[in-house]
Amino acid sequence: MTAPHLVSGPHLAGGRTLHGIMLQVCLALLPATLFGVGLFGWPALNLLLITVASALAFEALALRLAGKPLFPDLGDGSALVTALLLALSLPPWAPWWIGVLGGGFAIVLGKQIFGGLGQNPFNPAMLARVVLLIAFPVELTQWATPHPLFAAGSPGFLEGLQITFMGVPNVDAVSGATLLGHVKTELGRGVELSAALGHYDATQALLGMKGGSLGETSALLILLGGLYLLARRIITWHIPVAMLAAIALPATVMHWIDPLHHAGALYHLLTGGVMLGAFFIATDYVTSPSSPAGQVIYGAACGLLVWIIRSFGGFPEGVAFAVLLMNGATPLIDHWVRPRIYGRDRKGQPLTVAREKRS
Amino acid sequence: MPLHPIKGGVHPEGHKAQTNAAPIARLPLPARLFVPLAQHIGLPAEACVREGQQVKKGELIGSAQGSVSAAVHAPTSGTVLAIAPYTAPHPSGLPLLTVVIDPDGKDEWADLHTPRDPFDLMPEEIAARLAAAGIVGMGGATFPAAVKLSTAVQKHVDTLIINGGECEPYLTCDDRLMRERADQIIDGVRILLHAIGHGRALIAVEDNKPEAIDALRAAARGFDPIEIVPVPSLYPMGSEKQLIFALLGREVPAGALPAQLGVTVQNVATAAAVSEAIRHGRPLLSRVITVGGAVRVPQNVEALIGTPMQALIDFCGGFTEPPARLIMGGPMMGHVVPNMQVPVVKGSSGLLALTARDLPETKARPCIRCGSCVQACPCGLMPLEMAARIRQDDFKGAAAYGVTDCISCGSCAYVCPSHIPLVQYFNHAKGHLALEHARERQAAEIRALTEAKKLRQAREAEAKRARALAAKQAREKAAASEKTP
Repeated sequence: MTAPHLVSGPHLAGGRTLHGIMLQVCLALLPATLFGVGLFGWPALNLLLITVASALAFEALALRLAGKPLFPDLGDGSALVTALLLALSLPPWAPWWIGVLGGGFAIVLGKQIFGGLGQNPFNPAMLARVVLLIAFPVELTQWATPHPLFAAGSPGFLEGLQITFMGVPNVDAVSGATLLGHVKTELGRGVELSAALGHYDATQALLGMKGGSLGETSALLILLGGLYLLARRIITWHIPVAMLAAIALPATVMHWIDPLHHAGALYHLLTGGVMLGAFFIATDYVTSPSSPAGQVIYGAACGLLVWIIRSFGGFPEGVAFAVLLMNGATPLIDHWVRPRIYGRDRKGQPLTVAREKRS
Repeated sequence: MPLHPIKGGVHPEGHKAQTNAAPIARLPLPARLFVPLAQHIGLPAEACVREGQQVKKGELIGSAQGSVSAAVHAPTSGTVLAIAPYTAPHPSGLPLLTVVIDPDGKDEWADLHTPRDPFDLMPEEIAARLAAAGIVGMGGATFPAAVKLSTAVQKHVDTLIINGGECEPYLTCDDRLMRERADQIIDGVRILLHAIGHGRALIAVEDNKPEAIDALRAAARGFDPIEIVPVPSLYPMGSEKQLIFALLGREVPAGALPAQLGVTVQNVATAAAVSEAIRHGRPLLSRVITVGGAVRVPQNVEALIGTPMQALIDFCGGFTEPPARLIMGGPMMGHVVPNMQVPVVKGSSGLLALTARDLPETKARPCIRCGSCVQACPCGLMPLEMAARIRQDDFKGAAAYGVTDCISCGSCAYVCPSHIPLVQYFNHAKGHLALEHARERQAAEIRALTEAKKLRQAREAEAKRARALAAKQAREKAAASEKTP
């Protein structure tokens, strides 16, 4: 605008900013992050820092290659959120190069080649996680058992560096399958559900004292973060509620029909990446629909896909795949599912003038 | 009465305490008055005075033109100095033909219409008197009140909604008017009700103005068809379409008028002006305007139409700091005042001095599709999708997403975390679409005329041929009869 008086209203702003939103998301992830680092010790912290540093470095590199200024883009917190979500979904003792490659895949393949923030069709963190899982299945399925920070038998700072940069000595002694993976394998070889579950305890799953991804083990802390986002109106209820309901519903029905082979709703909701997925990943603004009705459809489809992949697919966990598949459907949903415009019907035709006589 | 929740909306900080406590002050006569001939929607009025002519207060200086227009009057007595283009308080900042008056200080009234009992007047007479008084919608839309009333009478409207919402932040001119001149407003409402012949009046006031509600209730006591309805304080409650839905639960169909639903809406200040015009025969010469923001003594001022903004600022003690932007109207939908010589017009509800701290960030960031705009839109639109198409100059695409249904309330841009100037995008697209529409209509007219011409020519050629044939046959017949004696 050349002439200042041609500025349209509003001449006030609501005070919400892009980096403010990103910081709130980081804040909401903080409890689960701290818990994950506490539960898996120094190697987990190393992986987290490496992933974040890598994402920021690749963001800077991509901006430089595109001939854009580094700021404000680098400081808007979006790369930080992406890196954080990716790190929280990785095996906690994964080697350093997983973090470096993951950060690179997420930022370069996931976001910048599409034109940067707001242009990417797929959730960058989940895209990177799936690329890593397919390319490096061994490293991505080695789950360290809990080795709390400063606890006896846990790696110290130097041992932590060794694990991150030189690899885990005596892998089998310090790792095991995740609950989802174990149950999948056991069911696959004909063991009944109750036996496969072993001494699984829902309370423990809720609190998160178990093996799993860096920041996904404590369903409770992630739920708290999610409720914080809801309270601050960073997200709305539509996607998380629809997604959780669409997992719980088929799980409950199938558990009732065939309790020997299908776990119930609580098991599905409290294990793996469901909580993180429902509140933090499926709700990614850029890759989810923007109308409330569209969000319900999208969330429900995500949830249903998670349950289907877990129950009938080849992988024990399906959150990343489900979200990516539905990311692909988002433009379609946004095209077909729009709010009704004032004064028009659902098809966009003007309402007919129905004059009601007052008596 | 049960209300209906409107979609979307935002809760901007009110800033109303700045000006809602002090009574309306009367501005002393300014040194010069600049009265534009176009202060309303429709055709500009045509000057009916000469330069150098003496005018009395209330004398007609510009007569209405065509079916949608409004008369303009001399706000005080004095001499017409010039009739020339001056910068007008219009978003374009372009000059408009303006009558400049040098006040003589006597403030001498012209002979006014001897008023009759308003309740003896026919609806057409009331409309004619409102037209003669130059009354327009004073909420900001400035649609000629007489035209609206005639449409309402014609469509047998039975619900008169009086808009006292005043949902824009900072503005308190309607609030003060309702508190101080409730009787006059109720009188105007009764006259309008009499004009539409039957029905009820609903005076909607946002519930953040309890004093105004009490004052109106006291003034309306004993007049059964008038109900004061407190509505939730939610921007844009004062928008005509949203207010109708909140009160009646019915939507004005796209492209239709409220009158087609049996409803007509007038602003409270317009109702007060109606009373002035019909009871006392006084045309619209002044209005109450909120002077707020970074001024020393923010307050509501009753100013003559044509008063330069500078006089208002001086009266309010000047600026506390140099403003970054001067706004006429409210901060959500108001326009930037191009300079301080721009006059108060019939639609000026506020003059706000906003500082850099008040203004939104000007550097837009990319859209992250957060959907805040979709949640905030009171019309059920998807601003982010429309903006994405307008960015590509795809105006048809934006129209398919309903950009022409946008009321420009600015709720979307207000909540946008990336500070994308969405209203600017939409105004740009609306301008383009209107132009395209006009071109298409023109092309269609030309096509129709060309077709008609072709048909006419073909018809004429045919007639000519028929005539020639008939003449030939007649000649042959004559020749034949000659041969056979």
